[in-house]
Amino acid sequence: MNAILSIILKRLMVGVLTLFIVTIIIFGAVELLPGDIATEVLGQAATEESLNAFREKYDLNRPLHERYLSWLGGAVTGDFGISLANQRPIGELIGQRAANTFFLAGYAAAIAVPIAVVSGMLAALYNGSVFDRMLSSSTLAAISFPEFFIAYILILIFSVALGWFPSLANVDVGDGVGERLYRTFLPAMTLTLIVLAYMMRMTRAAILNLLALPYIEMAHLKGMKRWRVIAVHALPNALAPIINVIALNLAYLIVGVVLVEVVFVYPGLGQILVDAVSNRDVTVVQAACLIFAATYIILNLLADILSIIANPRLMHPR
Amino acid sequence: MTDLLLDMTDIRIEGRSERRWKPIINGVNLRLNRGEILGLIGESGAGKSTLGLAAMGYTKGGCRISGGSIKFDGQEMVGASHNTLRKLRGARIAYVAQSAAAAFNPAYKLIDQYCEGPVKHGVMGRDEAQRDAVELYRKIRLPNPDQIGFRYPHQVSGGQLQRAMTAMAMSCRPDLIIFDEPTTALDVTTQIEVLAAIRDIVREYNTAAIYITHDLAVVAQMADRIKVLLRGDEVEEAPARQMLSDPQEDYTKSLWAVREFRREAPQAQPEGTGPLVEITDITAAYGPIKVLDKIDLTIPRGSTVAIVGESGSGKSTLARVIMGLLPPSTGQIKFDGTPLPKSSRERTPDLQRHVQMIHQMADTALNPKHRIRETLGRPLEFFLGLKGKAKEDRIRELLTLIELNPDEFIDRLPSELSGGQKQRICIARALAAEPEFIICDEVTSALDQLVAEGILRLLDRLQREMNLTYMFITHDLATVRSIADKVVVMQHGVIVEQGTKDEIFSPPHKPYTELLLSSVPEMDPDWLTDLLQERGDILAAKD
Amino acid sequence: MQNFMNNLRDAPVSAWIGIAIVVIYAVLAIGAPLFAPFTERASVGVQYHPWSAPHYLGTDALGRDVLSRLIYGARNTVGIALLTTALAFLLGATFGLLAATLGGWFDAIAARVVDVLMAIPPLIFALLILTITGTSVLSLVLVIAVLDSTRVFRLSRAVAQGILTMDYIEVARMRGEGLLWLIRKEVLPNAAAPMIAEFGLRFCFVFLFISALSFLGLGIQPPTADWGGMVRESAKLIGFANFSSWQAATFGLAPLLPAGAIALLTIGVNLIVDWVLHMSSGLKE
Repeated sequence: MNAILSIILKRLMVGVLTLFIVTIIIFGAVELLPGDIATEVLGQAATEESLNAFREKYDLNRPLHERYLSWLGGAVTGDFGISLANQRPIGELIGQRAANTFFLAGYAAAIAVPIAVVSGMLAALYNGSVFDRMLSSSTLAAISFPEFFIAYILILIFSVALGWFPSLANVDVGDGVGERLYRTFLPAMTLTLIVLAYMMRMTRAAILNLLALPYIEMAHLKGMKRWRVIAVHALPNALAPIINVIALNLAYLIVGVVLVEVVFVYPGLGQILVDAVSNRDVTVVQAACLIFAATYIILNLLADILSIIANPRLMHPR
Repeated sequence: MTDLLLDMTDIRIEGRSERRWKPIINGVNLRLNRGEILGLIGESGAGKSTLGLAAMGYTKGGCRISGGSIKFDGQEMVGASHNTLRKLRGARIAYVAQSAAAAFNPAYKLIDQYCEGPVKHGVMGRDEAQRDAVELYRKIRLPNPDQIGFRYPHQVSGGQLQRAMTAMAMSCRPDLIIFDEPTTALDVTTQIEVLAAIRDIVREYNTAAIYITHDLAVVAQMADRIKVLLRGDEVEEAPARQMLSDPQEDYTKSLWAVREFRREAPQAQPEGTGPLVEITDITAAYGPIKVLDKIDLTIPRGSTVAIVGESGSGKSTLARVIMGLLPPSTGQIKFDGTPLPKSSRERTPDLQRHVQMIHQMADTALNPKHRIRETLGRPLEFFLGLKGKAKEDRIRELLTLIELNPDEFIDRLPSELSGGQKQRICIARALAAEPEFIICDEVTSALDQLVAEGILRLLDRLQREMNLTYMFITHDLATVRSIADKVVVMQHGVIVEQGTKDEIFSPPHKPYTELLLSSVPEMDPDWLTDLLQERGDILAAKD
Repeated sequence: MQNFMNNLRDAPVSAWIGIAIVVIYAVLAIGAPLFAPFTERASVGVQYHPWSAPHYLGTDALGRDVLSRLIYGARNTVGIALLTTALAFLLGATFGLLAATLGGWFDAIAARVVDVLMAIPPLIFALLILTITGTSVLSLVLVIAVLDSTRVFRLSRAVAQGILTMDYIEVARMRGEGLLWLIRKEVLPNAAAPMIAEFGLRFCFVFLFISALSFLGLGIQPPTADWGGMVRESAKLIGFANFSSWQAATFGLAPLLPAGAIALLTIGVNLIVDWVLHMSSGLKE
């Protein structure tokens, strides 16, 4: 038991260290600007006085490492500083939007994960059947189509032609859960379609790899029923790869959300990030990037730890 | 009640490859009585495992039974429903796989996997099955039978796992067990314990068995009758003793004959040449794990020194140290009187040239994208600076030397060669460098016996013609007997004993050498019985 | 080469479809000025001309010919994606092969750096860097090439490590062959098939990535014709699609044309990749 704890601890430490390095990259990248933020924002023509005033306001006169530490300290407590573009506190700007983004990603995951895992298993079980081959072709489409292509086709069918769902997902703070689910149905469907086929294919591959192993053959030769072979002999050993597949795709969802938010004009973190990049609102970009990157790293870390726990060889050392 | 348990007639099995069905078994008959043990032997590709699995009405993925009839205890299995077959499998016909480590599910304890069969087939309840498991573990002589079942498969050693698997096969007291090469992956000293355990338990419960193996001596100990297969056809079948003493068919005779290969005359030693390789006080480690400990060894010029040991003895590591792939932490290697730098990077091409190595797996030792011309041409170019016509001529000479037709083979890729041909190319590549000393690392162990014998004869001929010196690494004592002048026995990274072949093979032996030598199965059907008797007597005398 | 021709003859229908798609795109991209009826940037007609002669796919909001812009778009988008992928490969494969073959500290450091770079989602990383560098084509190509080279590094390193465990590598090392020979003659020929397949996959990824950035307004900048950008420019029209008449329907389909062009090329490349992968796994038997 101690061995597995130390493996998990080691993995956790690597995760924390990675996160730490990533914060340095996100913060430090801005320092690569020719000149500094002040000249960048105010332009070359700005007077020395206005530049100094700006630097004073944004605390740019302190040495780099001090600014980094106070930025990091703020970020941990949800205080990301002030937006360059509209002078408002960033925490206020992005708080609700981050929640919206996680809601949308969670919505899509709630649809995609169960469907993907179950149908991936079925495809593995009926390897080579019509259903299996249909799944393979749909994977090809899903990895080939740009997100916005899928989104516009869905809009064309379900919004323009059939009129079932709104094409704009403009939710408000006051909306109830039902209203939200309805308004965000098309973006959630888009995200689902993007990750679904891929997740199914990977689940199928994970199980198929397993089904060729001698101990699965042994279970058949012991006269076990087919469902028992899959559920009792194969599934526990397939957990680790399936967990990895899910985490990988959840992480992808969090990022894929950026494009989908723009298509559906959904008030999420992705949209504000894209706007901030166009306006070169550096502090907002830093905050949004940090949230996205942290979520991505944490999901991957979680997947690693869960698959360590799911491995009997590590769980029960010699 | 008839004695006939299994009656397979005119069995035909096909496998699918390259979008076509190709025959694997072409109409074989097999009959087995209750309590009888049938040995099924053949070289790789003979179809013996396929036939064994068919006795359970089972084929591997991509194969099918295309004809014939399989009657188990009067019940037809070809075309029977999945459910009918399922109820027979595990309950009345059980299976023991080659690699127990792979055939146990890593997610469950041994005893849970033992109990699954009897409980699900309704033979007994869980508690009873668990008590029964401990009982069988005891009978099959597993250490600590009360507790061992509560371990996970990866927590138990290979030989013990193989015995636990036999116990599991026995859990429903089946009428028939299929043993599919159960000891092939084990060391000889472990193999003997597993063989004894299997034989005793099968006899005790009067279980019929099909014992599949490529090892004639093993089958001689286990089987009442022996059936020989060759490429999906039956060659012959006879009671074990008769088959061993008086085989009828040429193919069977040739299999038996392999065992008798001996190098013709002892090497005529050139006078006053002294040792070619001197190894003194070599210690080497992989990271913190010490694998070689103070090795001292001299290899006389023009002789063959065999290094013998089981897995983990450090014999292959010694080869890597000599080749400079693993620099030793202490010690020195002299070649022809000159000390060799520890790492191959520090050695001059000329030193490298004189010492060559041939690997066990010819498959991975040849670059699959290089044609024979390139494989053989590169060392000629690299070491000897041969170019153009001179190089081409020498490649052809080398191919002739290893008994392959140059016109036919020079443009082939490794994938277009058989296993034995690949190993010959590896030999030619070593010869291309015009070496004095060649290390042969288990060069015959991946090959079928007839092919292996051809390789040994070739190596022997080359040695006499070119005055080569060999270091022959092997775990197979039969090979040692046929080719070695001097024998070195290794265990756990140290040399246990060394001497001339006659010294090592005739008493008195060191205890480990004794164990090793006595564990090698012999063709005598009474060998295992006698040996166990003898060892039992020794133990009894100690008590 | 002869081998390759033999394989080509045995190629399945899907591979042939893929090859046909890629060839057509290539011809259009290379000969864009020959095939396009109008120029890329100039306004040549009325706003939103319907799908009829001389503007067979209509005109956009600025009166530019959509068909011509699509054809030039092939040149711009695909060209930049190809350049970026090639750069990513040069970088990633060189380091990957070197790291695997050399091993030791070089390998350890390179692998760590790539781990950290890959811990940040690529789109987010690209957005961060583009904020700083601004959205010029050069910075676009460099940023994406560097980010994508991490994936190439991982794959080529893994493939090479697999090959390096083979005994024929040991034989070459014992002979005293140099690093260059090892990589060029022993590793590369055996790594070729998975690397070619990876090139296809990476191209698809880069191509979709650039299109996505352009769609967000952060990639290739107007007035250069680019498919992602064209989707962005015409996105709002989809709300006006209306299937009552041919004219109204085609009007609303405007964003689907460039998006479909992207999808079709990606499918074509993927079909070829599948075939290459299948062939290389078949050769192993």
